[in-house]
Amino acid sequence: MSELLLNIQNERLSFFTPAGEVKALNDISIQMYEGDVLGIVGESGSGKSVTAYSIMQLLPHTGRIIGGTIDFNGHRINDMTEQNMRKIRGNEVSIIFQDPMTSLNPVYTIGNQICEVIKLHTNKNKKQALERAEELLSLVGINEPRKRLKQYPHELSGGMRQRVMIAIALACEPKLLIADEPTTALDVTIQAQILELMIDLKEQLGMSIIMITHDLGIVANMCQKIAVMYAGKIVEYGPVDEIFYNPQHEYTKGLLRSIPKLSEKEHNRLVPIEGTPVDMLNPPKGCPFAPRCDSCMKICLREMPQYTTINDGHLSACWLLQKKEFMQGGEEN
Amino acid sequence: MVRYIAKRVLLSVFTLWLVATITFALMFMVPGGPFLAEKTPSAATLEALNQKYGLDQPKIVQYRNYMVKFIQGDMGVSLKQRGRTVSQIISTGFKVSAKIGGLSILIAVLIGVPLGCIAALNRGKWLDNVIIVVATCGIAVPSFVVATILMIIFSVKLGILPTYGLTSWQHYLMPVAALAFYPTAYISRLMRSSMLEVLGQDYMRTARAKGLSQFWMLFKHALRNAILPVVTYLGPLIAYTLTGSFVVEKIFTIPGLGNAFISSILNRDYTMIMGTTIFLAALIILMNLVVDVAYKIIDPRIKLK
Amino acid sequence: MKEKKNPLSFQLDVSDFLPANKEEKESLVIMRESVSFWRDGLRRFEKNKIAMTSFIIIILVFIFAFVMPQFYPYSYEQQIRGSENLAPMAYSEPELALKAAGEKVFPHILGTDSLGRDTMIRLMMGSRISLLVGLVASILVLLIGSIYGTVAGYFGGKVDLFMMRIVDIIYTVPDILIIILLMVTLKYPLKDLAETVPAFSWINVIGVGLICIFIVFSLLYWVGMARIVRSQVLTLKEQEYVTAARALGAGSGRIIRKHLLTNSMGTLIVTTTLQIPSAIFTESFLSFIGIGVAAPMPSLGSMASTAIDGIYSYPYRLLAPALMISLIILSFNLLGDGLRDAFDPKLKN
Repeated sequence: MSELLLNIQNERLSFFTPAGEVKALNDISIQMYEGDVLGIVGESGSGKSVTAYSIMQLLPHTGRIIGGTIDFNGHRINDMTEQNMRKIRGNEVSIIFQDPMTSLNPVYTIGNQICEVIKLHTNKNKKQALERAEELLSLVGINEPRKRLKQYPHELSGGMRQRVMIAIALACEPKLLIADEPTTALDVTIQAQILELMIDLKEQLGMSIIMITHDLGIVANMCQKIAVMYAGKIVEYGPVDEIFYNPQHEYTKGLLRSIPKLSEKEHNRLVPIEGTPVDMLNPPKGCPFAPRCDSCMKICLREMPQYTTINDGHLSACWLLQKKEFMQGGEEN
Repeated sequence: MVRYIAKRVLLSVFTLWLVATITFALMFMVPGGPFLAEKTPSAATLEALNQKYGLDQPKIVQYRNYMVKFIQGDMGVSLKQRGRTVSQIISTGFKVSAKIGGLSILIAVLIGVPLGCIAALNRGKWLDNVIIVVATCGIAVPSFVVATILMIIFSVKLGILPTYGLTSWQHYLMPVAALAFYPTAYISRLMRSSMLEVLGQDYMRTARAKGLSQFWMLFKHALRNAILPVVTYLGPLIAYTLTGSFVVEKIFTIPGLGNAFISSILNRDYTMIMGTTIFLAALIILMNLVVDVAYKIIDPRIKLK
Repeated sequence: MKEKKNPLSFQLDVSDFLPANKEEKESLVIMRESVSFWRDGLRRFEKNKIAMTSFIIIILVFIFAFVMPQFYPYSYEQQIRGSENLAPMAYSEPELALKAAGEKVFPHILGTDSLGRDTMIRLMMGSRISLLVGLVASILVLLIGSIYGTVAGYFGGKVDLFMMRIVDIIYTVPDILIIILLMVTLKYPLKDLAETVPAFSWINVIGVGLICIFIVFSLLYWVGMARIVRSQVLTLKEQEYVTAARALGAGSGRIIRKHLLTNSMGTLIVTTTLQIPSAIFTESFLSFIGIGVAAPMPSLGSMASTAIDGIYSYPYRLLAPALMISLIILSFNLLGDGLRDAFDPKLKN
């Protein structure tokens, strides 16, 4: 088995806002080995981006890790100083953001912004950095790379800019690439191109990827494992096939029901998940999904469910599963 | 770029012509003339004087004559300060005003920009609060108030700074400070809010994700974007400095262009009114053009049409 | 992912696994109440202590400038013989004599000037001028600018192009030069008008200088307002509800009045409030260089200007008008900032 690259144990993280403490992450545990591709799926505000940002310590100052540990590539991230963290960012772990239109600095050329990260983390001089930048641009499928290096972000299309962002992220051959909804802001046709590019690059370069998305369709193609997040908690975790064909948590089932499928007959309507996500300032003390859950039970409103192991590496936190166990236990006695 | 500048220059020439024509028309609406002020001269002398300066001709002819001469580069002679041409008076006055105005703009930018940055970086802390309070009060105080309060403190009470003239470097301190006070406060506020906005931008997060140090993030990525609004403000600032110079030159009795402009109006010195107005208008218009072009250089997104 | 054993800290019961009913589920969801734009803005404004304080100060200044002079025993043009150049709270010899004779003499709280005029009442009248100039000029600018901008933005096309070209040209004219010129020259035709045409005799009541300032400001400052209003109208025009109103057969006038104006109200209020201090600023500047409001009517600017002549002997005379003008401008600035934060967060930069 390959090396353990990322090990998050019981991470708890809160934002301390003037309105009160927002518990953004609640007991998150994730393990990734080298070459793993993990999909984190959930609605906006479920904490998927926060999880990823906390690995890079990219959160605003109001966000603090208040429990658990993060180990990445031999570094204990919790204890690292900002200065040491800088050596890791963009070098061992890098990130692609959601909106390529605003993620590049409008007043510097593409070349400048790519070379910046190369010069920062390697000993290359200006000329070598430019050569590497050109190489990276052709790697991410941009034609006429030499010409593009001299262009400004506003002269490129959204898809092009996202390719540039990927080039920046790959510049120092990171061990882990975090993609934070990399296709959400793009046109559908461009989305497919970017995803294809990412799958290609993964094959070529073999780095690990964390793919954050609210679109289950994207993770199906790319990932080996999926973590489904809801209100700062991983509610279900498992290999991609298990999640798609044997979903256990009511939220996962709901997510799967809301994906349009071309193969199905027309009268099979899409089923939306009713209700809105919980207010993170006043989270309910029970299962956060309970208010929106069709199979909600009295216990769900009172207590947080524990994880139940369904199959090898497939976990889910739902009282329905506990109920099954409880009933079986009762019969045995 | 060249087309843009050409277009702007053409528009400026048109505006200047407009200003000149309005000024010319307004000038003659005021009763009285340049030769009536102190002691009324005899009818014969008056007529001779009017004839000498062409003031006896119909207004439209005078207008045409002035414009033709102006295009040839001749702004005429002052009707009040005998024997001096308008260009001479403007050039001596401008040398003085430009020194004070230029210095105060320089100081306003050099102090205002760092202050705004410091405030933004310490958002919500005491340093930010102090800068904000001082700057907010600063933009509420007219320059004549600053000038006179400085005068009371440093000349009347302490007696360490001279109150009028411009013969040594000490003479510059109070006028420049009075003139720079408001723009410094304004730039600090502007810089603070634009810095705060830039710090929240996605590309700053990208810079951080690259592993850049705080210093580089600030100086390379934030500053250049955040300074843009300050550059746009330089146009109005130059106009403001002019306004301020009218006041400051009056208070500290500095023989600058502002003083020349005001006194020419009060004295009905027709050629001087025309000359100073056109000169000052041209100066403001030219500076605005320079600022717009500078903006283009700093921000590649701006397309000049 | 780390798997956990089930160390249940409590005893489970079969009843726990009964389905929860709707009320129980809903009790968990705390909805935040939704509030309307105006009420929300008003609430934000009321919470803003600085803005509220400035608002109260402005009201106090209004009382000081418009109400108190009615009860004040001196008038702004009254020259009290023998009471020239008094220090604050001081009495002149004739006044002391009167006091000795048992008569009540109202103290000169801020002293008197070189002509024996009471400084306090002059300060009140000066503040009145400043407030009048600020308010009237801003309202005129608002009226002209918003009508012009609405017409240009609403009709669009060639009308817009032509109207905005005019705005562009006025924008490039250095306003301060033209203001000074106009201030000096407009006085004379206005004076003629007031004296020869009886219908215009009211000009003398308000004062030629003041009318001049109103005219000059509204001639030059409306362009900024027109630009803001036009861009607002252009944005709003694209909104669905305007299309809907048009589809329902509403006429242009009605659409302008009902939909466009009500929706750009927030921006208009904020811009107008911030216009007030800048008008006051310019008036004080004009009066200071001697071409603003005409004597004997005092203005804060002209009071400061006169005080400079006696700066060595009576430096305190400068402080009262200087502080007053700064206080007024500061309060209006802060009020405008507060209104902007409350009603128009978009305008922040």
